Amino acid sequence: MLDATQQGYTTPDGRKIGGPVMEMKNITLRFGGVTALQDISFDILEGEIRAIIGPNGAGKSSMLNVMNGFYHPQEGEVWFRGAKRGPMKPHAIAHQGIARTFQNIALFKGMSTLDNIMSGRLTKMKAGMLSQAFWFGKAEKEEVEHREAVEKIIDFLEIQAIRKTPVSRLPYGLQKRVELGRALAAEPSLLLLDEPMAGMNVEEKEDMCRFILDVNDEFGTTIALIEHDMGVVMDIADRVVVLDYGKKIGDGLPADVRADQAVIDAYLGVSHD
Amino acid sequence: MSDTVTPPEALDTLPKLLNWNAVNRKDAPASREKLYGIWQSFTWGDVRDNTRALALGLRDLGLTAGDRVAIIGSNRPRLYWTVPAAQMNGAVPVPVYQDSVAEEMQYVLEHAGARFAVVENQEQVDKVLSVKDRLPELEHVIYVDPRGLRKYDHTHLHNYTDLQEKGRGREGDLGPEIDKIVEAGTYDDTCVMLYTSGTTGKPKGVVLSNRNIITASRSSVEFDGLKASDSVLAYLPMAWVGDFIFASGQAYVAGFSVACPESQDTMLHDLKEIGPSYFFAPPRMFENLLTNVMIRMEDAGRFKRWLFETFMDHAKEVGGDILDGKNVGFGAKLKYALGNLFVYGPLKNSLGMSNVRIGYTAGEAIGPEIFQFYRSLGINLKQLYGQTEASVFVTAQPDGQVRADTVGVPCPGVELKIDDDGKVWYRSPGVFVEYYKQPDKTAETKDAEGWVDTGDAGFIEDGTGHLRIIDRAKDVGKMADGSMFAPKYVENKLKFFPNILEAVVIGSGRDNCVAMLNIDLGSVGNWAERNNIAYASYTELAQHPDVYKQMKSHVDEVNRSVAADDMLSGCQIHRFVVLHKQLDADDGELTRTQKVRRTIINDRYAPIIDAMYGGAAEVFAETPVTYEDGREGKISATLKIEDAAVMDRGMKMAAE
Repeated sequence: MLDATQQGYTTPDGRKIGGPVMEMKNITLRFGGVTALQDISFDILEGEIRAIIGPNGAGKSSMLNVMNGFYHPQEGEVWFRGAKRGPMKPHAIAHQGIARTFQNIALFKGMSTLDNIMSGRLTKMKAGMLSQAFWFGKAEKEEVEHREAVEKIIDFLEIQAIRKTPVSRLPYGLQKRVELGRALAAEPSLLLLDEPMAGMNVEEKEDMCRFILDVNDEFGTTIALIEHDMGVVMDIADRVVVLDYGKKIGDGLPADVRADQAVIDAYLGVSHD
Repeated sequence: MSDTVTPPEALDTLPKLLNWNAVNRKDAPASREKLYGIWQSFTWGDVRDNTRALALGLRDLGLTAGDRVAIIGSNRPRLYWTVPAAQMNGAVPVPVYQDSVAEEMQYVLEHAGARFAVVENQEQVDKVLSVKDRLPELEHVIYVDPRGLRKYDHTHLHNYTDLQEKGRGREGDLGPEIDKIVEAGTYDDTCVMLYTSGTTGKPKGVVLSNRNIITASRSSVEFDGLKASDSVLAYLPMAWVGDFIFASGQAYVAGFSVACPESQDTMLHDLKEIGPSYFFAPPRMFENLLTNVMIRMEDAGRFKRWLFETFMDHAKEVGGDILDGKNVGFGAKLKYALGNLFVYGPLKNSLGMSNVRIGYTAGEAIGPEIFQFYRSLGINLKQLYGQTEASVFVTAQPDGQVRADTVGVPCPGVELKIDDDGKVWYRSPGVFVEYYKQPDKTAETKDAEGWVDTGDAGFIEDGTGHLRIIDRAKDVGKMADGSMFAPKYVENKLKFFPNILEAVVIGSGRDNCVAMLNIDLGSVGNWAERNNIAYASYTELAQHPDVYKQMKSHVDEVNRSVAADDMLSGCQIHRFVVLHKQLDADDGELTRTQKVRRTIINDRYAPIIDAMYGGAAEVFAETPVTYEDGREGKISATLKIEDAAVMDRGMKMAAE
């Protein structure tokens, strides 16, 4: 296992990875008698792409939900940018610069691509309700700025052609891309992606990989992602955490994790006794 | 500056024309591009400054006279600027099809011996880099869009805008050198090298001189009265000669503005926003637009449909004549004006053709109904017959002499002749210099007197002087009784029906002709849905008795029209089948540009063809298919063979 130093490291492709953005310390999460996560600790460093993998039911999504405040762990601490985070509502966490996408797409189906991405700007909107309702002064100026930011994302994700299309009419792969766009609209410093490539064909996966790498490269966004596809993880992740039955069974560089016997057993289904 | 002033004749290169435009049309728009959803304009002054900066930057990297600069990407102003920027250094621009795979690209770059490549984005950079070790002559790659490229090794990779910045800094010492090269440019210098799409073997590099491009542009601008206030949308591949003439040649002469679509997928939307006054498209484009309109009309309410049908019927009757300026009577004119208010106007607007003053279709034959549809709306759509080797223009239809079945009269400066085999030859100032590094191929195509073989069979119509194209000369054969066999001519007639996607006619050396048809799944599927016809597969739908009934009526109709043609009445279809699978490029049955490969089809479908000639009522067929992921399988079905109604050759007289 990699000895990840808290001061950061340099990736093989030459990116400088900085200090910790988020630290999970001894997280335990229970639903009644079921222990979803048990005593899990790991960190996410500035500028890295961190993958969380594991078989079905390993607790990956639960982990992500703890990270963005949907769930409150019974034990353990979440540290964000050097400060311990108390129980917070998800919207307050969004204001801290954490954005996410969902495994089952959670877009506003009847709204256009543009409006969906615009909704991601919500945390940045300052104008009061009155001024927005009557469209004067600050609201107008602000909307122009937000529209520009949204257009940059549309350009970035190459979805100009579906700008005005209601998202319910889009194929699955594009909906995923719009959802990524909405998360990007919040200009997050930490982006959480829940199975961004689930259900995609090979070509869509390749596109999505490229976008994730580009987001990391262009905006310097720290990314934590859950993924099933080992090939994808090995290609794009800098470091990998492996969960199985709510426990952490591996943590390190992709190549090390892949060679780890415990990880191989978990994926190949050795009996747990 | 008046709208129609042409630059002085002495300006014989694109850089000279650009300098002239930058002075005389300084603040007029030259290119348009959508950035973050908003159209941005570049004036001729901007274009000159940008081009010059790039030219200086390229010179700073070591570009010199005689070098070749590959240009790879979709239509972007910055890639268009590379054309004169290369020429300012005495180098030759070589636009490359942006959707080529790496191997195809490698062939062209290697054959052209490109030292520089200016490319659009990461995708193209990756392609070029993947074959770079087989391209010893390639030294520098310049990219327009930096996204995703930051981490790449930049020893031989350069950012376009950075390069321009560097170029601006070298104005003092390199500027005079560039001025000298531009000044020294002549008609005889190579303007551009364009690679043919390579449907028959490897692509060939067509060398076109300034004389070719500039004279072809000048005379065509005059022919159609193009002016500085015109606008076009450049959406066809940059490597295609038509795009080069419109977006570089004619634009530089007439001074009109060239808009680039935001992306390939937004083209129709951009078309509507720009509303070009001069529009060029292959027939397929017009077909698709029409199909879209028709499908949407089928879903419209009853009143709207009635309105549409009533006025479209009227337009069909008189629209073409009104466009040609013929007298149609006051009542008809009034009704047409009403139709324009309710139907034609809004329809043209939604097609993005409200402003189209001149529209051309070329590349293939267009269906007469489709052609008439657009003309009846008042869109001045005309046919053009051209080739890369001719700098596009061979023949075109002058206003007022537009017909669906001819390709027009020779363009200004073009001479035509038909040889003993019925092949069409031409000679003009636009005739290409040579195929690059292939003197034998050049000699095959162009004779010592400068006549060029089009490879098409055709004839010049008595009386009107219009050229009619029959088929590719190598496909034209003789039937057993010695009469002419021109499969494409019949196939095109069949394909004009929206529910026939592809047709192959067989009959060379035989007593009569037979045909194999592919249904258009979109159109036939839509019909099946509306008529509550259930089907489980393409094969089942294709073999449905009602589908056969429709196909038979189409074949009969085609036979009637073929019978009316003296020379080709032997090509009537006696029997046909509807195939159980779609002809596919993946199976080698079509080329990548969707053209039929006859030898392969004749071979693979031999049992079906034999059964048709053998008189059987049905035939069991088993055909190999390649799936998209590369796996192979077989599709089998029992196909019904249908007899078609054939007109007597004498019938024609009776019918008239």
